[in-house]
Amino acid sequence: MRSVSVGQIIDTVERLCIDANYYLNRDIMCALNSGLEKEKSDTGKIIMGQIIENAEIASTNKMAICQDTGMAVVFIDMGQDVHVEGGSIVQAVNEGVRRGYKNGYLRKSVVEDPIHRINTGDNTPAVIHFEMVEGDSIKITVAPKGFGSENMSALKMLKPSDGLEGVKSFILKTVDNAGPNPCPPMVIGVGIGGTMEKAAILAKKALLRPIDMPSGIQYVKELEEEMLEAINMLGIGPGGLGGRNTALGVKIETFPTHIAGLPVAVNISCHATRHAEAVV
Amino acid sequence: MVYTIEAPLTAERVRLLKAGDSVEINGTIYTARDAAHRRMAAMIQEGKALPFDVKDQIIYYVGPCPAREGEVIGSAGPTTSSRMDAYAPALIEMGLTGMIGKGLRSSAVIEAMIKHGSVYFGATGGAGALISRAITAEEVIAFPELGPEAVRKLTVKGFPATVIIDSYGNNLYEQGKERYRVI
Repeated sequence: MRSVSVGQIIDTVERLCIDANYYLNRDIMCALNSGLEKEKSDTGKIIMGQIIENAEIASTNKMAICQDTGMAVVFIDMGQDVHVEGGSIVQAVNEGVRRGYKNGYLRKSVVEDPIHRINTGDNTPAVIHFEMVEGDSIKITVAPKGFGSENMSALKMLKPSDGLEGVKSFILKTVDNAGPNPCPPMVIGVGIGGTMEKAAILAKKALLRPIDMPSGIQYVKELEEEMLEAINMLGIGPGGLGGRNTALGVKIETFPTHIAGLPVAVNISCHATRHAEAVV
Repeated sequence: MVYTIEAPLTAERVRLLKAGDSVEINGTIYTARDAAHRRMAAMIQEGKALPFDVKDQIIYYVGPCPAREGEVIGSAGPTTSSRMDAYAPALIEMGLTGMIGKGLRSSAVIEAMIKHGSVYFGATGGAGALISRAITAEEVIAFPELGPEAVRKLTVKGFPATVIIDSYGNNLYEQGKERYRVI
């Protein structure tokens, strides 16, 4: 049994909140640059140029890429041979978020009740997803999620008879309906299978996969390619002003499901698809 | 061609702007987003004075990041405008001539824009660090307890935007999408 102190968890989460919000990952930067080369619209090229310049300004000046520094979504892969010492891991994660958002000059965007809507003032609580894994370490991933794109996401319980065509049509319709709202070019995370909540979490997790890494399942890989091509024919384009770059990537995760069901979740992310991870 | 816009902005000047025009905005603009709009709508209903006179003004839909010491403001890009659609027509009727945001607007907002002479500018979503460079002064003038949602008076210089919907109802989102749609 290995011990990890809550202090280590707090420090790590604080750093990851700041890093994720300041530094756009290299895979997304590469996708933006190659998207710019392929863009047909002059206005679209200008917008892509602004987005790339914006990411450079943010990283040079240590400031948030986007003012919507998101609700902090934290994935914890918890090694089953780890003992957390000195307090609650949930409280430690929230303390890390509190410190990261304060010390990183990040916006506090969380309200304590969905109806009464008073800002908590420190961006807590985080949404934390725990998973027990083998081993004696803890992998922490912080994925701040902005709501311009989160609001355009959708989930549908399809019928098994809807099949692959039903899945394709739901993905395409969701993206087309999102239009300019989620700050295109978007990244599309899709979860197919499981139960209602499993599909949603799969869609969120799909957004963590490097954008240049296809699915390991052949038909899913082909579906990712086909959907990206179809989405980029919708015409929405950078900033929604028209063009070829509506999405930078489509990432799909699947899971076994029930004989009666075909859940599909589409989690839309903006061009600032942010995440940072560390192992403690 | 990039046009320079001075804010405050008159309805006469608004009528000269066309969907697709690139603009740089100089002058004074105000920020308000969800919670501030909700409060202002209640003030209108109760017959109270708003935190600022909206006549000939531009409202920027933004909730900025806090500024580091010595800086004017943190990252400050546009938020999704449609959440303000329920409140915008009343403000337009009171003389609001411009809105800056991102994303689609309702037909009720567009009708009010056509009737009273108001324009909808788009700023690039997710380019908050870039846009913050065009903001030279910031002052919270109402609802400080709302934090990022407080009403702010901003001084801007060369604020980059595009006319998305003009005061005749022409819509760049529709035109742009149609032009590049092949599905």
